[in-house]
Amino acid sequence: MNALKLKKGSTSHSAYNLRPTFSDTIEQHTLAVVVDNEAGVLARVIGLFSGRGYNIESLTVAEVDHTGKRSRITIVTRGTPQVIEQIKAQLGRIVPVHQVNDLTVEGPTVERELALIKVAGDGDKRVEALRLADIFRAKVVDSTLSSFTFELTGTPDKIDAFAELMRPLGLAELARTGVAALSRGEG
Amino acid sequence: MARQMSGAKMVVQALRDQGVDTVFGYPGGAVLPIYDEIFQQNDIRHILVRHEQAAVHAAEGYARSTGKPGVALVTSGPGATNAVTGLTDALMDSIPLIVLSGQVPTFMIGTDGFQEADTVGITRPCTKHNWLVQDTEDLPRLLHAAFHVATSGRPGPVLVDIPKDVQFATGTYTPKPKASEFRYQPPVKGDMEEITELVAALETAKKPVFYTGGGVINSGPAASQLLRELVEATGAPITSTLMGLGAYPASGDKWLGMLGMHGLYEANMAMHDCDLMICVGARFDDRITGRTDAFSPHSVKAHIDIDPSSINKIIHVDFPIVGDVAHVLEDLLRVWKARGRKMDREALAKWWQRIEGWKTKNCLAYRNSETIIKPQYALERLEALTKGMDRYITTEVGQHQMWAAQFLHFDDPNRWMTSGGLGTMGYGFPASVGVQQAHPGALVINVAGEASWLMNMQEMGTAMQYGLPVKQFILNNERLGMVRQWQQLLHGERYSSSWSESLPDFVKLAEAFGAKGIQCSDPADLDDAIMEMINYDGPVIFDCLVEKHENCFPMIPSGKAHNEMLLGDASTEGAIQAGGAVLV
Repeated sequence: MNALKLKKGSTSHSAYNLRPTFSDTIEQHTLAVVVDNEAGVLARVIGLFSGRGYNIESLTVAEVDHTGKRSRITIVTRGTPQVIEQIKAQLGRIVPVHQVNDLTVEGPTVERELALIKVAGDGDKRVEALRLADIFRAKVVDSTLSSFTFELTGTPDKIDAFAELMRPLGLAELARTGVAALSRGEG
Repeated sequence: MARQMSGAKMVVQALRDQGVDTVFGYPGGAVLPIYDEIFQQNDIRHILVRHEQAAVHAAEGYARSTGKPGVALVTSGPGATNAVTGLTDALMDSIPLIVLSGQVPTFMIGTDGFQEADTVGITRPCTKHNWLVQDTEDLPRLLHAAFHVATSGRPGPVLVDIPKDVQFATGTYTPKPKASEFRYQPPVKGDMEEITELVAALETAKKPVFYTGGGVINSGPAASQLLRELVEATGAPITSTLMGLGAYPASGDKWLGMLGMHGLYEANMAMHDCDLMICVGARFDDRITGRTDAFSPHSVKAHIDIDPSSINKIIHVDFPIVGDVAHVLEDLLRVWKARGRKMDREALAKWWQRIEGWKTKNCLAYRNSETIIKPQYALERLEALTKGMDRYITTEVGQHQMWAAQFLHFDDPNRWMTSGGLGTMGYGFPASVGVQQAHPGALVINVAGEASWLMNMQEMGTAMQYGLPVKQFILNNERLGMVRQWQQLLHGERYSSSWSESLPDFVKLAEAFGAKGIQCSDPADLDDAIMEMINYDGPVIFDCLVEKHENCFPMIPSGKAHNEMLLGDASTEGAIQAGGAVLV
């Protein structure tokens, strides 16, 4: 494991919190990136991921401070600890990026995603879809005689589970927003 | 102080306020208003290059030899796309540049207009930052921000794309703000706790080595000065990357020479066997590390870099110090002095003994000839005959570049301009033009290969027009030497397209431009020919006909470790195995 006889943990108190990078384990991290909402800023972030071969599992972006013209980009990404550290450092050096937070490392978070799910069908399937929607606390936001559109908010897992259940019941279309996340507590 | 003026006038005013004296560029439809303003003033000199790529390389040469940002001005569409290679080169080598490009008017953007290209889109991954200016009112702020971003933190190229209507329209000019007024403020001070830990490691190190890079030079003259003081005081050996040559003087007695793929045996062995490696402003490039899993296996490593993304990218380090080299070295030196200037002198003396042993390999030795000029000999003579002169060297890319790094010696920073990261053939000639423009009285030599040199030979026109007496020292082996060397080593001596066919007569070519051409093929004539080149008051093309099949050694074959170097007379058969062959 520690073939290079490296002193462990010596990097933990750096200003940039550079963790040891031995592990080959693939981890999933949720990053919150606050940027100036200037032209091309999203392309810069996405270009970084594609140009350096990093993964994007999901990405959401919207302006969160209209007067300060700041946007918050929430990125769910996967990689080894070293790759995750690289991604954060590379994001951090993009000029219009104000702040990069690794919500996965920084403590408990709330993560939510919104999905719109259209289910077409009739008879028992229709009834069953409505019953399951109730269990998942999905809201009916549109309905015809042969379809429902549900609105569901929750963790990505919950939405996955609901979509899986709807598949045999006539899942016709699925739209997801990607994850929005905040750290828990005051800070 | 706010004044109303056109966007084009703002460009010239902002350049003036930023202390720019030279702009390298090429006009075109979308920058005509700016050229009109340049015409009507005398503070800023415009150097008309013959190709936009050369404008950017010339600006790089200017920047690297002065420590100031370089400025290039190009038109929209092809002007901007021609600048892309130079921008990428500057990004890889962290050279501060401001490239201003014209753009079709804002109301035509997106219509596939004449000479329209998505310049900010194309250059986004090859600039540190870029902007498309949408409104003349934003222009002064963005121009000043471009200089701030290009020169702060890790330097790099910044592009400002200016639509033609923005150049014509009138707005309020705002003067250069203070640096502290910008939000972009990369930290320059290193973490004191980390620095103190590094000092403690240095005090007890038995086999320390300094591994320095271009970051020392980018940090400014103070960084080179502090580095010299630190090396002298501690007595530890020092090696440098291609980019960092001159930060520590080659004549210094702690100098091991360049390290890396074509670095010196003693430098690479010291890196491999050290117990404390202090990386200062370098980035563990693949040309330095060789096989990463066998890279300096028994050392504790420190990395001083202003860019946090450079740290732990390739090699895990134990002391990551994010900060500007000069600031960190100053703190490091102060802490080390305050703690009593301790070093394990006894161990250090033993370490030097081992290094002296490696030096006896004489790894740069080559078989000289009385009939053919060996490229190494040509550079040895160039070094001997220009020693002590006010000399600047640029290079193209290939074997000649590595030989130049091995055989030419630099005692000061900012004297050596070469395309390190991107390896851009065609860099050296325009860079020499930029250097000469910045240092009119100096001796500026571009050490070139004939193939690289032809890639931007049109710049003879620029050199002649502005009376820039650049010396083009071409080591002509009628081969793409490095390509040929690799084909010999790992492609079964199948020399696919690595000949320079149909070469021009370089003497006649020089004369066609009104410059001087010198050809030399006899080692006995070489000294006189070099002196003739140096003494000629004007641009010279020196066609030095050298041994055609000389290989560049020492060499760490790709996929091998530092202690698996090939020396000059070693067998090269099977030197690169299948695993290494996929590497470049």
